[in-house]
Amino acid sequence: MAIGVKVMQRPDRGVSYVRATLKGMALTFKHLLQPKVTMEYPEQRSSDDWRISTRLRGTHRMLTDEQGRTKCVACGLCPQVCPANCIKLVPGEDEQGNRYPLIYEIDEFRCVFCGYCQEVCPEEAIHVGVHYENAEYSRDRFVYDHERLVAQTHPVSTLWDPADPRGE
Amino acid sequence: MTPELKGFLLFSVLKMLAVFTMVMVGVALLTLMERKIAGWIQNRPGPNRVGPWGLLQPVADGIKNFAKEETRPAEASQGLFMLAPAMAFIPAVTLMAVIPLAAPLPLEVDWTLPLIGRIVHTGDLPLVVADLPIGFLFILAMSSLGVYGVALAGWSSNSKYSLLGGLRASAQMVSYEVALGLSLIPVLLLSGNVAFSELIARQQEGLWFIFPLTLSFFLFLVSGFAETNRLPFDMPEAESELVAGYHAEYSAMKFSLFMIGEYAHIVTIAAMIATVFLGGWDIPFTTWDEQGGVLQTLATHAAFFAKMFFWIFFVMWIRWTLPRFRYDQLMSLGWKVMLPLALAYIMVTAGAIWGIDRAWPAAGPVGRSAALFGLNLVICRLVFFRLDRGRVMRGVSSRPLARARVEG
Repeated sequence: MAIGVKVMQRPDRGVSYVRATLKGMALTFKHLLQPKVTMEYPEQRSSDDWRISTRLRGTHRMLTDEQGRTKCVACGLCPQVCPANCIKLVPGEDEQGNRYPLIYEIDEFRCVFCGYCQEVCPEEAIHVGVHYENAEYSRDRFVYDHERLVAQTHPVSTLWDPADPRGE
Repeated sequence: MTPELKGFLLFSVLKMLAVFTMVMVGVALLTLMERKIAGWIQNRPGPNRVGPWGLLQPVADGIKNFAKEETRPAEASQGLFMLAPAMAFIPAVTLMAVIPLAAPLPLEVDWTLPLIGRIVHTGDLPLVVADLPIGFLFILAMSSLGVYGVALAGWSSNSKYSLLGGLRASAQMVSYEVALGLSLIPVLLLSGNVAFSELIARQQEGLWFIFPLTLSFFLFLVSGFAETNRLPFDMPEAESELVAGYHAEYSAMKFSLFMIGEYAHIVTIAAMIATVFLGGWDIPFTTWDEQGGVLQTLATHAAFFAKMFFWIFFVMWIRWTLPRFRYDQLMSLGWKVMLPLALAYIMVTAGAIWGIDRAWPAAGPVGRSAALFGLNLVICRLVFFRLDRGRVMRGVSSRPLARARVEG
């Protein structure tokens, strides 16, 4: 017998089918009257005993500094580390020699939501976010450009913390 | 045409329309009720998106099924493939025609209507489309016709799963039709008639037949489940074994027809249990309902509906309680338990009625029913406590061969 398989010791003599049926019916009727446990999603998104994890890796978000400028310095680490190759980055440079992204696009269809971009980013600019409702009417809307990434407002993911592996 | 004939025809057509509409709307609502009960028993709310409390869900389903593409398997036997859903649907809807829905309505009418002319109706209007003198024999005959639809659907689809479903349906129907028919023989013995109006009259005199014929009721209930192909006897569909069984190849409205047929069958079986064993439209402990009148008709219809509704609920309740039988268990239950039990019960009931009439000629209907009820308590005790100890249904592990294999 495979490990961990629970073998039920079912009685096969001296048992009554009819009375067992009645017992089962009493049980199902009890359940019929019990309160419903369904969380009805679009109206209700969290309950007392369930909320979405802060470690969820969902839609990306680009953070900005106090002046509202992007934090991204176009270092090129995130397209380098991206296993799905979904980040398109063309770096630019202004008169003071500050690097910034000319083009920064993330294809959310290609993305595998590993969160490596957030982990590798030295400026804490690109993040994966606690957000999952990104339905669109056309496929090209799933390529998020820099402007759209900056415009996202959802909370960013805390990712997995080795010091607190269970998130407590 | 005489005015009386015109009146008869007009009221018959009206009754037909009313019953047909009631059955079709009822069936639509039953699909919702089934899903609601399925949800509630699993601590879910059930469908609640379309309309208030999901009440428009059947409408949405209907529109969806009308709009869907009808698929036809290329190698299917086209004629029969088209015919089968109708053959499953029509007998099921026809059945409600002979069930009395309420107490007869005294109706004196002498109208002159446009187009039709003068119509006359005198006396009681029986609230049943056709008060056939052959009563439940008609139901037995028509309800077994329903299996042709299932078997033909299975065969004409040219698919192995459908064929297996159809075969199972016919085998199951043959097995349980016998028990179903035999379980009604004691009713015939006690009432001396098969017409539903007479059955109700006999039950009003004595006790409801569930008391003097408890075991008969039980056998009828179980074979009724098999007859409607409902869980735990839904062998012909058995989605975990046969994909969807006989209707695996059907789509859109043809599939819907099978579903409507199934639910109409449930309604009929529930109505039949209510009529044959629970007094039909009879309101217990009073003779007020037999006097006749509009109020009485409405009240008795409510009584009939409540009884029928309970058994419809019961069918759905059982569905979420019992798992599906294994096929050989189904057959052995049908032939080795139900059939001998029904036969033995006919003998016992016949003997008991003869004995009571001899020993206690002054008993009257109530006394006779009460005496039979006493006998039934003993019989049910024997059946459910003595016979039903691992003998009715046995798991694989309890069989000597399998047991030896496991242990050896």
